[in-house]
Formats: sequence, structure tokens, C-alpha cells
Amino acid sequence: MTIIFYIAALVAFVSTVMVVTRKNAVHALLYLIVSLLAVSVIFFISGAPFVAALEVIVYAGAILVLFVFAIMMLNLGTDSEKEESKLLKPNAWIIPTIMSAILLAELGYVFFSYQGALGELRTIGPNEVSESLFGGYMLAVELTGILLMAGVVGAYHIGKEKKREYHRYLQTNENS
Amino acid sequence: MNEIWMQILVIVGVLLGTVTIAAGLIYVERKMLAVWQQRSGPNRVGPFGIFQVLADMVKIFFKEDWIPPFVDKKIFIIAPTIIMLSILMSFAIVPFAPGIVIADLNIGLLFFLAMSSLGAYTIVLAGWASNNKYSLLGGMRGAAQLISYEVFMGLSLMGVVIQVGSFNMTDIVNAQKGMWFVVPQFVGFVTFLIAGIAETHRLPFDLPESESELIAGFHSEYSGMKFGMFFVGEYLGITLVSCMITILFFGGWLGPSFLPPIVWFLIKMFAFILFFILLRASLARPRYDQLMGFGWKLLLPLTLLNVLITGAVVLSNA
Repeated sequence: MTIIFYIAALVAFVSTVMVVTRKNAVHALLYLIVSLLAVSVIFFISGAPFVAALEVIVYAGAILVLFVFAIMMLNLGTDSEKEESKLLKPNAWIIPTIMSAILLAELGYVFFSYQGALGELRTIGPNEVSESLFGGYMLAVELTGILLMAGVVGAYHIGKEKKREYHRYLQTNENS
Repeated sequence: MNEIWMQILVIVGVLLGTVTIAAGLIYVERKMLAVWQQRSGPNRVGPFGIFQVLADMVKIFFKEDWIPPFVDKKIFIIAPTIIMLSILMSFAIVPFAPGIVIADLNIGLLFFLAMSSLGAYTIVLAGWASNNKYSLLGGMRGAAQLISYEVFMGLSLMGVVIQVGSFNMTDIVNAQKGMWFVVPQFVGFVTFLIAGIAETHRLPFDLPESESELIAGFHSEYSGMKFGMFFVGEYLGITLVSCMITILFFGGWLGPSFLPPIVWFLIKMFAFILFFILLRASLARPRYDQLMGFGWKLLLPLTLLNVLITGAVVLSNA
């Protein structure tokens, strides 16, 4: 199992780097899908099969299809690729590199100074997940539901067709 | 050691069996369509034309595998493989008979939903990579249709899951010893059947490829074996959805004991495959907005009501 974990982690790492460096938006999204699938494998082997399945269904199967759909509609051509290559100049990398280095140093410090032992890995099935979702975390689930509802209402409001107003000549023509 | 060999045998058997059935369906579909439309159908190659499959295969393998210069080459090549991969992966959780299953996962049903949602990429990517306006239109229709109908597909199965209390496919079959789930879950069965037709984008829901308006939609630019992958992938999809209907609503391998369990399974599966073909022979294609309106305005409330009522009944009995 350990070796599968390292393979999946390597795939996730490489494909995430590719997401950042690709110039073509669709290619970048495809690498993002590969990265999500690799993360789902990690979830599965570390004892969370339910989360692994949801990761594939929701993220890779629904949200990223919508992303690809939106980018297809935009129909980005070679112009956007040129613009992207401007963004990938060395100068643009300085600040992100410093930020990530700070985070990496912190992570390394926490990792090496951690004293307590890690708990035993055990598989958590769908029943246990739903018991805690609709038991202890009930309020959070309800609040998330309300947030999503607000999104749906907003989308309906934006997408609603405006009421057409006709010129008075056309109106009389229609009535007659 | 013996168990490992048994496992390998099951894997190879399932792979060969499903691909052979999918290829054989090319002949079955053409012949049955002909029967239902009072034509002769293929009758030149071999007795009753049963070697038509071989002739079709030889043609598809030896056709020039042409990649147009204007396409996005890598994605153009990857796209047809996704549908084959995702559907063949789904067969891993299908229990054909007691013990004949590749992976008896405790999240079996979710695994099937995950793989069928990945199948959407094949249409989207093929349509985009072809760099052709008809293909792009087909790809966009396909993306919207598959995402919408996935919602009802997942929700329509939740009634069954509530009654069994498990996502495991073997548990689901064993729970139907008293009564098949088609009786208490009739609404779930009908919505799953409709969503299944839409997911395999068969007629009457074949809007992504509708040949009369979009030429062939997302696979206009494909030829040779790449087109063959879409073709066989579609038949594999029909076989998979028929298997799932058999398992979830018609008791899988269960049946009177004068026939072995696997035979019962195959009989039920082929009945549903023939039903899919009959639908193609008899129904017309709806308009695109009718398809979406039907899904969101009728099927979604229906499946939600089904889940609500099933949950209430199970709770009151507990």
C-alpha cells in the first residue's frame, strides 16, 4: 500500500505542476483532472472510500466538466496562449516562490517537531460518514445548503429573460 | 495461489465476455431493427448474415486512420479511449453470479456512478479537439445532457440504497430474495431507465451526434479504429446499463433453480438490451430544450419525491 501511496502522490505532484505551467487552458484542465484522480486514490488507500468516490463524482465528474464546457464556449485561440506565455516569465515567479518557500519551511518544521504518534489507519464506511454529517455537523450541512440555495436563486435571477417591451406602433399592430 | 488464478480467470472472462457481447450487438441491432421495421437486414455474409460482424470489424481495422491537420492531436487521440476505459472499469463491480465479481467493493454503486460521470469527457474532449463547429456543437450538447442526467441517475438509485442500507452490489441482489425492487421502486426504475438511455446517448436521446442536423456531432472527424472505439463504447454502455437495471431492480442472478444463476442474469440482461434496440426502432428524437425541460422539470421532482417517500416508509417501519 505504501508504494501505491507514493506513486499516486508523485502523479498528483507532477500533474499539479503541469496545471500551472501549461499555456493551453484545456490541457491545464486535463492535468487538473489527473491530479484529482490521483488524490482520490490516496483517499481510497488511506481508509476513506466514500470520500474517494465523491471526489471523482463531484470534482472530476461534474465540476471540471463544467469548467471544460465554459472554456470550450470561450473558444480561446493562439492569442490567449501568447498572453499566457507573457505571464510565465521568470520575473512573475519571484514572489510566489518566496511564499511557497515560507510555507514549505513551516511544513518541514511542523513535520519534524511533531511528537505524538499517528493513530492507526482504519476504513471509514459510508454509514459512519453520514452519521457524523447528519449528527454532529448538522448545522454546518444546513448552512452549506442555504449557501448553495442562494447561488441557485442568483443564477436564476441573472439568467431570467428580460420582459420585452414593444414600441407602441408594434403593440397596436399586435392587438389589431 | 488458487484464489489468485481464479481472480485472473474472472477478470479475463469478464473482459472477453463483455467486449464480445458489445461487438456481437452490432449484428443483433441491425438484424432486430430490420425485423421491427419489416426489412431483411444484413443477409449476405454467411447464413442469415451472422458474419456481418467480422466484415464490419475487418473494414474498421483496415480503414485509413486519418488524423486531420487542424485538430489538437493529443486530445484527439486520447478522447475515444476514455469511454472504453471508464465503462470497462465499471464492469469491475458487476456481480454476474455469486462469486463471479472482480471487486466486491463496499462502495460499489458509487464506483459505477463515478466511472459513468468520467465517461462525459469522451464527448466533450472529442468535440473540442476536432476543431470543427458541428463537433463543438455536439460536444456542448453532450456535456449539458450528461451532467443533467447524471443528477437523476444518482438520485433514482438512492431509493434502492435506502431500502438495502448498503452500496454493495452483492448485498443489493441478496436483499431482493423476497421481492424484486422493481415493485416498490417503480418510479426509481423508470427514471433510472430514462437516465441510462441519456447517459449512453442512444436514440431517442442521441442529440450529441444527431446525424440529420450535426452530421455526426462529436465524432464527425473520426475514422478507422478511433471511430470504432466510440461505436463499441456505445454498445458497451448499453450492456452496462442493462446489467445495472438487472442487478438493481430485477434481482440479478436470482430465479427458479432449474437454470444456473449466470443464465438467469444473461437472460434478463439481453431482454433489456433488446428493449434498448426497440426504443431506437420506434421513437423519434426530441428537441434539445424539450430534453432539458423534461429532465429538470419532471424527472428531478419525481426522483426527489421518490427518495422522500422511500425514506419516510423505511423510517416508519424501523
